[in-house]
Amino acid sequence: MSKKPTTPEKDIPTTGHTWDGIQEYDNPMPRWWLWTFYATIVWGIGYTIAYPAWPLVKGATEGILGYSTRAEVQAEIDSFDAANEGMRQRLVEADLNQISTDPELASFAQNAGGAVFRTWCAQCHGSGAAGAKGYPNLLDDDWLWGGDMEAIHFTVTHGIRNEDDPDGEARYSEMPRFGTDELLETEEIEQVVNYVLSLSGEPQDASKVEAGKIVFEDNCAACHGEAAEGDREQGAPNLSDAIWLYGSSYADVMDSVSSARFGVMPNWNTRLSEAEIRAVSAYVHGLGGGEAAAE
Amino acid sequence: MALLDKHKILETNATLLLVGSFLVVTVGGIVEIAPLFYLDNTIEDVEGVRPYSPLELTGRDIYIREGCYVCHSQMIRPMRDEVERYGHYSLAAESKYDHPFQWGSKRTGPDLARVGGRYSDEWHVDHLIDPQSVVPESVMPKYGYLLDRPIEGEHVGELMATHRMVGVPYTDEMLEAAAADFAAQADPDSDYDGLIERYGDSAQVRNFDGQAQLTEMDALVAYLQVLGTMVDFSTFQPDESR
Repeated sequence: MSKKPTTPEKDIPTTGHTWDGIQEYDNPMPRWWLWTFYATIVWGIGYTIAYPAWPLVKGATEGILGYSTRAEVQAEIDSFDAANEGMRQRLVEADLNQISTDPELASFAQNAGGAVFRTWCAQCHGSGAAGAKGYPNLLDDDWLWGGDMEAIHFTVTHGIRNEDDPDGEARYSEMPRFGTDELLETEEIEQVVNYVLSLSGEPQDASKVEAGKIVFEDNCAACHGEAAEGDREQGAPNLSDAIWLYGSSYADVMDSVSSARFGVMPNWNTRLSEAEIRAVSAYVHGLGGGEAAAE
Repeated sequence: MALLDKHKILETNATLLLVGSFLVVTVGGIVEIAPLFYLDNTIEDVEGVRPYSPLELTGRDIYIREGCYVCHSQMIRPMRDEVERYGHYSLAAESKYDHPFQWGSKRTGPDLARVGGRYSDEWHVDHLIDPQSVVPESVMPKYGYLLDRPIEGEHVGELMATHRMVGVPYTDEMLEAAAADFAAQADPDSDYDGLIERYGDSAQVRNFDGQAQLTEMDALVAYLQVLGTMVDFSTFQPDESR
């Protein structure tokens, strides 16, 4: 039993195939599809003329537009550099301590410095600049090497305890390893740790505080000061406040005295421009703890 | 249209269709891929790029073993935002001794193509032990156990010989000195003149993990610290037409 094929309204040719009585119409392609197809061919030819395309013996055709990704990114960077050039120049020429008094310059430095900070500094000092164990908090007014614009600018430029600074001016100081190098007996270290803890809080063992004071005066006061107030000239931290870079627990302070700490900060003078260094210095100075220039 | 009418021959013969398809794909491949091997502008000769030192190469293997590439790319694209954040865009030559390259295409963490020298060794060790201790918002897992895994350079020469087979120009001298160079690079008190002579000034000699023992942490940090530092962009000017 066979079904009659539905009769087309117009007389459409068939392909001539017949299979089990089924026939196939030979409809032309939709015209919109066909023209789109031709258009892509024309586009493709135009594209290979305009842009780098065909490989030849030594190089590829360059295209009449002369496009190159490298040139494009360079042009874009140049255009931003040109737009910022005036402000950067003013920032570099300004007196460090006068940046904050010029509203336009201060605003530029804050924004540019914030971008530099989030790109280069946030990994150690935290995206909010609150620091982490071993990485100083930049929001408070406790400074190891000084907190006025000149000092911050110097620290950012040359870094701390690195050997990469081309000027060789990285801030440098090294605390002796009192335990590791057997400069003090364990007993003496325990005493001095208790003394130091007693200055800003509670010692772990009050009976050792008194003896610790003597150990401190003999071994630590030369750098940290008689009153343990610290010395910014050599980056010796103030031990009389309750701010602890490497932790305030008995074990942490024991470890600091025994094996000493040696925090390193990179020099940024090889990676950032002077304008960027000044901008980020102004940003850090403006975070809350910035100090006025010494008279 | 006589030729086009012959497509019926292809359409009704599966084997012929297969052969025809292969021919088309082959032509496409030759036109698109083969020129990359000889065109001048795809093989840029860049001063400073050198094979990895034995310790760095081992660190690279650890990087791959730990799957760092799953979250970190090593490819700075030529776009302003990337150049401003990560540094000069990557050059093909900078990964020419990477087998396989670590360009990657997904960044859960930041790009590492120029992470070398950006942070101190201590930071890297702190960060690998507990990433959240320095970057609270990080989702990176902890890799502190690398500190407890001592390594030695016993087989590193064989690793380098394998890399040589795929085109890395390690010299016989480099292979012979592999184990010695491996240990010397992590020990600033050693005699590392030979290492510097063989690998140049960009080979950094330090006790990377701060421990006496040579561990996987040393190797990984040594590798991270060399990434992107081989080319001196203060003297090298990339050709803009490439």
